[in-house]
Amino acid sequence: MNMMSEAAVEKALDQKMNTVPFKMIGKDVSVYYGEKRALFDVNLNVRENTVTALIGPSGCGKSTFLRTLNRMNDTIDSCRVTGKITLDDGDIYDPSIDVVELRARVGMVFQKPNPFPKSIYENVTYGPKIHGLARTKADLDQIVETSLQKAGLWNEVKDRLHESGTGLSGGQQQRLCIARAVAVSPEVILMDEPCSALDPIATAKVEELIHELRTNYTIVIVTHSMQQAARVSQRTAMFHLGNLVEENDTDKMFTNPDDQRTQDYIMGRFG
Amino acid sequence: MSTHIASVYDEDLKYLTRRISEMGGLAEQMVAESVRALVNSDLALAQKVISDDAILDEAERQIGEKAIVTIAKRQPMAADLREIMGSIRIAADLERVGDLGKNNAKRVIAVANASLPRQLARGLEHLAELALVQLKEVLDVYASRSPEKANSIRERDNEIDAIYTSLFRELLTYMMEDPRNITPCTHLLFCAKNIERIGDHATNIAETIYYMATGAQPVGERPKDDTANTVGAIGN
Repeated sequence: MNMMSEAAVEKALDQKMNTVPFKMIGKDVSVYYGEKRALFDVNLNVRENTVTALIGPSGCGKSTFLRTLNRMNDTIDSCRVTGKITLDDGDIYDPSIDVVELRARVGMVFQKPNPFPKSIYENVTYGPKIHGLARTKADLDQIVETSLQKAGLWNEVKDRLHESGTGLSGGQQQRLCIARAVAVSPEVILMDEPCSALDPIATAKVEELIHELRTNYTIVIVTHSMQQAARVSQRTAMFHLGNLVEENDTDKMFTNPDDQRTQDYIMGRFG
Repeated sequence: MSTHIASVYDEDLKYLTRRISEMGGLAEQMVAESVRALVNSDLALAQKVISDDAILDEAERQIGEKAIVTIAKRQPMAADLREIMGSIRIAADLERVGDLGKNNAKRVIAVANASLPRQLARGLEHLAELALVQLKEVLDVYASRSPEKANSIRERDNEIDAIYTSLFRELLTYMMEDPRNITPCTHLLFCAKNIERIGDHATNIAETIYYMATGAQPVGERPKDDTANTVGAIGN
């Protein structure tokens, strides 16, 4: 009975997909690295509390687009972004925007787990400290516990919070990085191939985590694994040669996509 | 359609297509022979049809196993996934067609001693011809994967239904004329029903092909002209 209602809830969620408001809106987004144009007028919107997967062959621009969403491209000197990207209607490329604050709202998890060479505890508290999110030690303790719990890591590390984060296994390190991203209470979490360095069990745990995080956060994930995109996302966007080829419900995308290029790519055929 | 980067994958899919075509050929042959055996009271031919069914059953199992292994190994997507799921469904339909042919063959013994009125035999033959045309055409469509043709086959199933209904009435008339006709006529009624079911399976296959080709279910209700279920009801 419980299972039934859960499935019903899931279905209702999916059916309501078309009415879910947009959390971030990308309009005519183009990216140039020096003379080279990497993205061509991409119009892609990210729905609230939804997992959006970006797929496509290497060099198609999916990671580039992901990195425009929290201005990670600003760190590259030759990189220029045109078009407009909004977060809750606010232009994130507006000169008045504080980039550090933006990245607290739009967090990021990278391909390779990259915990700071500090204790597990400090890894999680670093963000809240610099953003002034906690006043007392008790506040910090609380943030550490809830963040690690949200990342599904609490039970595994609660007795060794002051050991080094780099001593954890790869899968645990990646979940620590997710806990670190969650600790500053972001609204959107960007994930750039978060499982490509993990074994299947650690991958399954991270995927389960993505599923749970969806309730509270908006997630955008870049992945090379089509099966992973099919498993974790509700919307999928396919990129090719810097263009957005197709954006669709994930179920449709992997059973009957509209675009021939999507079809060829997901079926592993020569285009 | 372009080929897969992994060429072994293409071979797996080709294997399924080839085996389905083989099954289709054998199922067609079994149905034709079972009706011939029935009309000519040919017991030896009936026996052959009965033993051929084992080949068809085995083919269905092999297709199912290949499909499962391919899904596990390749995690097929989109058209490939529909292709493999379609193979499983079509193999099941063809296996049922074989069963129905076999069932007809088994009834040859029971009706062998009763002399069939010529007209009735022709009626059955005609019904079987139509069902066989459906089956043959649907197998051609399987080779071409044309959704338009698949749809046109689906829309023709009502011809078979109409003839089945008229045979039903005819058989009832014979039974009323002479109670000694009841046993053979009941067997023939089942045979007619079996053939009508074969037409339904051909239609199922057409729908599966449509889905394989387009990713969408064919639109609208399947045309139905089988009114035998109301024959004899008040006002009929």
